[in-house]
Amino acid sequence: MTATTLTTGAAPRQIRGGVIGMLRDSWVVAKRNLRRMTRIPEIVVFGLMQPVMFVLLFTYVMGGAIQVPGGDQNAYKQYLMAGIFAQTVTFAVAGASAGIAEDMTKGLVDRFRSLPMARSSVLVGRTVADLVQTAFTVLVLAIVAFIVGWRFNNGILKALAAFGLLLLLGYAFSWIGALIGLSVRSPEAATSAGLIWLFPLTFVSNAFVPVSSMPSWLQPIANWNPFSATVQACRELFGNPTGVPNHSWPMEHAVWVSIGWSLLILAVFSYLSVRKYRSATA
Amino acid sequence: MSEAAISAEGLVRTFGDVRALDGVDLDVPEGTVLGLLGPNGAGKTTTVRVLTTLLRPDSGRATVAGVDVLKHPDKVRSLIGLSGQYAAVDEYLTGQENLQMVGELYQMSAREAKARAKELLEWFNLTDAAGRIAKTYSGGMRRRLDLAAALVVRPPVMFLDEPTTGLDPRNRMALWEVIEQLVAEGTTLLLTTQYLEEADRLAHDIAVVDHGRVIARGTADQLKAQIGGERVEVVVTDPSMLATAVDALAPYAIGEPTVEPHTRRITVPVTGGARVLADVIRELDANDVLIHDIGLRRPTLDDVFLSLTGHVTESDEDKDDEGAPDGQGAKSRTDSSSDANRKKARV
Repeated sequence: MTATTLTTGAAPRQIRGGVIGMLRDSWVVAKRNLRRMTRIPEIVVFGLMQPVMFVLLFTYVMGGAIQVPGGDQNAYKQYLMAGIFAQTVTFAVAGASAGIAEDMTKGLVDRFRSLPMARSSVLVGRTVADLVQTAFTVLVLAIVAFIVGWRFNNGILKALAAFGLLLLLGYAFSWIGALIGLSVRSPEAATSAGLIWLFPLTFVSNAFVPVSSMPSWLQPIANWNPFSATVQACRELFGNPTGVPNHSWPMEHAVWVSIGWSLLILAVFSYLSVRKYRSATA
Repeated sequence: MSEAAISAEGLVRTFGDVRALDGVDLDVPEGTVLGLLGPNGAGKTTTVRVLTTLLRPDSGRATVAGVDVLKHPDKVRSLIGLSGQYAAVDEYLTGQENLQMVGELYQMSAREAKARAKELLEWFNLTDAAGRIAKTYSGGMRRRLDLAAALVVRPPVMFLDEPTTGLDPRNRMALWEVIEQLVAEGTTLLLTTQYLEEADRLAHDIAVVDHGRVIARGTADQLKAQIGGERVEVVVTDPSMLATAVDALAPYAIGEPTVEPHTRRITVPVTGGARVLADVIRELDANDVLIHDIGLRRPTLDDVFLSLTGHVTESDEDKDDEGAPDGQGAKSRTDSSSDANRKKARV
C-alpha cells in the first residue's frame, strides 16, 4: 500500500459557472467521444462508405441517365456533389442519436450527473465530437469527388464558405439527433429513428434532381426544405450548375435561408434537448 | 457539536403507483458509516439517487455536508463521490483516461487530473492495466476503477450503492479493505447493501429499509440485542439420538427447542454464553449422544432482518431490479413464507 491518502476532506472546488465552464466541460466530453471514435474506427469508416458509394453510384451508374438541363453529362456530376455533401452532413443525425441513446442506457450518465459539471455539456460535447467526425467525412468525400472530376470554380474562400454552411447544417441536425437519442432510449431504435425521416427530407429537395421536375404541389415543399437552401447555396458558392433557374424566394436567397434555417433548427432542438436531458433526472 | 454529514427528512418519491420512498429519515454523523440495508426495491438506490442529486424527491428535504441537496445540487456534487451498482466508466477509454476525464470534469487542470489518476490507479492496483481500455477489464477491475473515479477529488462524503454486488469473494474483500481505509481517513460514508455480512463489518450504524421506510436503526449489536438471545445448535451424528439429545438439553433451554430431523439439528435458546455450551457438551456426552457439530450462535443480522421485515434479503435476485423500483415492493411482500424456510436452512 502506498502512502497516498484517498480522501480526507479536500477543499471543495470552485465551480466554474457560466459559458466558460460549460465550454470547458463540453470540450472534456467531446475529447472523450473523439477518443471513442478512434477506438471504434468502424463507426467512422462505415460513416464514410455510404457517401463515397453515393458519389460513385450517382456519377457512374445513374449519372448517364440524368440530364441537367442545359448541361452535358459532366454537368450532372458537378450538380450532384453539393447534394451528396449536404446529405452526408445531415446523416450525422444518426451518429448523435445512437451515441446519446447508448450513453443514456449506461451508468456513465449517472456519473456525469453526479459531477459538478454543466448539464448541457454532455450533449454539447457529443455534438461537437460528431461535428469533427462530419468534417473529416466531408474532407474525404471532397477528395473522392475531386478524383472523379468535381471542381469548385469560385475560388477557395467561397468554397470554404460553402463547407462552413454544410457543417453548420450538420451541427444543427445533430441536435435533432440528440433529441431523438434522448427520446427513444435504445441505441438500435435510435439508429433507425435517426435515419428514416432523412430519406424523404433529402430526396424531396433539389439535392439529386431539379425541383422543376417534381409535381407542382411538391415544389413549394422542396423549395422551402432547409436542405434545399443549403444545397442551392453550396452550388452557388462552388460555382456548380444549379439546374433550371428557380425563382422561388428561398432559392433566390439561398445562403441566408440556409444560415437562417440552420440557426433556427439549432436553437429549437438544442433547447428541447437540454430540457429533455435535465428532466430525465427528475 | 458533531454535524450530520448526511441528513434526510421525510423523503417521499413515487413512481406511478409505487411509493419507492415513503418518508425516509436519515442522519449520518461526520466520519461514520451508515449501512442502508434492505431487499431489492426497498428504496435503497432511490434514497442514494435523491441524496446524490440524480433524482428529485416529491417531498422532503436533505442536506449533504451541510448543503441543501435540492437548493444547491451543484455544490453538493462537488462534495460527494458516488459509486453505483454497475461500473459507471467508459468502456472505450483506458483506465487512465477515464479517471483523468472525471478529474477534469471536477474542474481540475489537465495536469492535476493526470497526476491524481496515476495515483489512484496505483492505489487500486490498476497501474498495469492503466493503458488498456476498460472493456478489457474484469468485473472486479471495473468496479475498482469506478470506485477510483468516485475518489478523484477526495470527497468528504461518499455514497456506495451496493459496491460489491456481483463480485467474487476475493474482490469483495479487497474492496472492503479500501472502504475501511476511506473511513479511517475520515470519510463519511453511506453504503447500501443486501449483504448482511458487509453491513456488519463496515457500518457503524445500520438503517434497515423496507417498502420505502426506515424500519429500524442502530448498531449491529443493538439490532441483534433487540431480537434477543443466544442459541445452542447441535447436530447429532444419528437421527435416532435426537430424542435423547432434546431431553438432555431441556434443563438448559429457556424456550422451546427447534428440531430439524433431516439435518439432525436441534436449536435451543439459552442464556449464559460459553459456560452453558461446556455444560451442554458434558451433558450430551453423559447421555452417549454423539455430536457431529455444536456451537453457540448469536443472532445474525439475517435474524434481525427476518424478524423486522418478515422476509430475508433477496440477495440472489438480479441486482438490476433495484434500478426499476416498479412492482418490487409488492413482490418482496409475498415472499415471506419461502424466505423463512430458506433462512432456517442457512442458520
